[in-house]
Amino acid sequence: MTKKFTFPMGGIHLAKHKITTDCPIVNADIPEFVTIPIKQHIGSPAKILVAKGDKVRVGTLLADADGIVSADVHSSVSGEVTKIEDLPGASGYEEKMITVKVEGDSWEEDIDRSEDVEKEINLTPDEIIAKIRSAGIVGMGGAGYPTPIKTTIPEGKKANILIVNGIECEPFLTADDRLMVEKAEQIIMGARVLNRALGIQNAVIAIDENKPRAIEILTALSKLYIGVNVKICKTKYPQGGEKQLIKAITGQELPLGKLPIDIGCIVQNVGTVFAVYEAVLKNKPLFERVVTVSGDGCKHPGNYLVRIGTPISSLIEQSGGLNENVHKVVVGGPMMGNAVVNLSAPVTKTTSGVLLLQDGEFSKKEASSCIRCGKCALACPAGLRPFAIKQAVSFNDTVEHMRKLHAGDCIECGCCSYVCPANIPILDYCKIAKQEIRKK
Amino acid sequence: MDDLILSNIYILGGIAFVAATVLYLISKKFAVRTDEMVIKIAAALPQVNCGACGKAGCADFATACARSDESSFANLYCPVGGAAVMQKIASLKGYAATDRVPSVAVLRCQGSCKNAPVKVEYDAVSSCRIANRISSGQSGCPDGCLHLGDCIKACKFGALTLNKETGMPEVDTRRCVSCGACVKVCPRGLFEIRRQSQAGGMVYVACRNKQKGAVARKNCTKACIGCMKCSKINEAIKVENNLSYIPPELDAGALGKELADNCPTGAIIYKERIHD
Repeated sequence: MTKKFTFPMGGIHLAKHKITTDCPIVNADIPEFVTIPIKQHIGSPAKILVAKGDKVRVGTLLADADGIVSADVHSSVSGEVTKIEDLPGASGYEEKMITVKVEGDSWEEDIDRSEDVEKEINLTPDEIIAKIRSAGIVGMGGAGYPTPIKTTIPEGKKANILIVNGIECEPFLTADDRLMVEKAEQIIMGARVLNRALGIQNAVIAIDENKPRAIEILTALSKLYIGVNVKICKTKYPQGGEKQLIKAITGQELPLGKLPIDIGCIVQNVGTVFAVYEAVLKNKPLFERVVTVSGDGCKHPGNYLVRIGTPISSLIEQSGGLNENVHKVVVGGPMMGNAVVNLSAPVTKTTSGVLLLQDGEFSKKEASSCIRCGKCALACPAGLRPFAIKQAVSFNDTVEHMRKLHAGDCIECGCCSYVCPANIPILDYCKIAKQEIRKK
Repeated sequence: MDDLILSNIYILGGIAFVAATVLYLISKKFAVRTDEMVIKIAAALPQVNCGACGKAGCADFATACARSDESSFANLYCPVGGAAVMQKIASLKGYAATDRVPSVAVLRCQGSCKNAPVKVEYDAVSSCRIANRISSGQSGCPDGCLHLGDCIKACKFGALTLNKETGMPEVDTRRCVSCGACVKVCPRGLFEIRRQSQAGGMVYVACRNKQKGAVARKNCTKACIGCMKCSKINEAIKVENNLSYIPPELDAGALGKELADNCPTGAIIYKERIHD
């Protein structure tokens, strides 16, 4: 039996609900118009390059990265720019978005649309990073941290290992799983491209044990490539967290306030690695992604290849529409995702799933007082004391106190809220504490 | 037997005497001298430690009063106690009593269930602070009241109540001491401490929505649409980001009535008297 890796501290075992594991990725219909936010990443919003009335094609640069921590935004459809204004996003708050009316589907010429897997990498590391940057790639696991920054190694530091994160520990989501099954070779090539950019020959694809098909296919394929290995992790939430994954694979603990590169690790999501492959070897900027549409209120759950900017409502329409039992629509996974206020909000680079949840298992339960059982502290994979953070927030404690509790190191996995027998939404309080610390 | 009892009494009595002497000497040596005046002033204060005066609490305010000279005393004012308390302190100090124009907290939002109908049901923690972080709210207005009552919990004087029908907090102007607790706690900055104008009443824009007129109007019938009508009536009124703000220095009275009557959406509220 092969050794299965995991992290030692905290974590929980969730019901999987992976109902779309066997649904192949299908192309979602292109809507009548798309609304593309200019900020789909961490950092400063991109600078808009187009004006109202401009004709764009699929892959045309719409907005240019403003500063280092920022990312390019490309058009996902061909047509005419009709509006550049503030529109409500998924949370209901306004963001600047570019609206493009769809006319036909003509792609930029230099995008290689053939199905063949490109296997030759002749570019230098700098050229690879430049291509990743101009493709506007960001971390597609959810955080949206611009990938070129992660790939550029700061002076004096050295990368030892590239970890490709194929864990997808959230219930329901299967977008990464399907990508690994269907585009296995491309993902391995993407990992090799990243390896070349980092100047190393050591890539580990981490998959958790509830994805037998992906493990089978990738293990077989990885034997053909030197420096690419598959490691199997235990199914445990949040195994896909960056710190938890590094601990599981390398056995190293990421010190407080340090970046993974400080201990020689680079972690990239499977979706990101696939996007890197497409950008570097196929010249295709990031304008579409795989989104799982699922949930117990979804008629036809499935995995869709969606153009960025497609309204969530159009995606729901394609998977059978909303029925009256749907209590809430969640973007992302059920643990870390957010309920959507506005269904006309677009799919962005970081949208991994759209879940239609019914009243019942996933709805809010009435919270009572904390009974100080300490279950949240045992479940916390970051080793924090969530009950203390919750108390600090509800008593309006000082920011210094919250900092002493290391609230800023919370990874927002939601284990604390999940295990709480008093149904206290502890995570919401931790998020407030994080916000307060960031403000100072 | 008797010896034992007697010797115990002597020894313990001796220890007690020595300890008492030492304690007495220490308490004399390290006594903290308090100003008589501070104690007298503190006794006159309401002792709610709300911080409305700008000091850390009532004791701090009393110290500041005791140390003040004639000119700096004029800047100190306890809005909770009002003129009566200030009169008492002034007579203790022998200065002239200061008086202030009365002020109250006003809610700059009219997004009640009727004016801004609920579009999405909010189903998470009953706290404005958390709700504000999660989403724009039930009506869709990103700047409007969230109806969860953080301000009501913050008010120490019972001046705020949540109207069950409209979902809006209501200010009881007679109880409000303008301490500013609600201003600090509201994550959307909907409260403002407003002074009574010289003519007696007050006029303010009861909306904080910065969206374009049409968008704002879609979510709430009483939204400020930035039509500039009020700024044409009086130039002191500035309209920025589709939102009008009436400066408190502006004399209400006839002008206030005119402004409220001319506002096409009813976002401007005019009150003839500060206490309704």
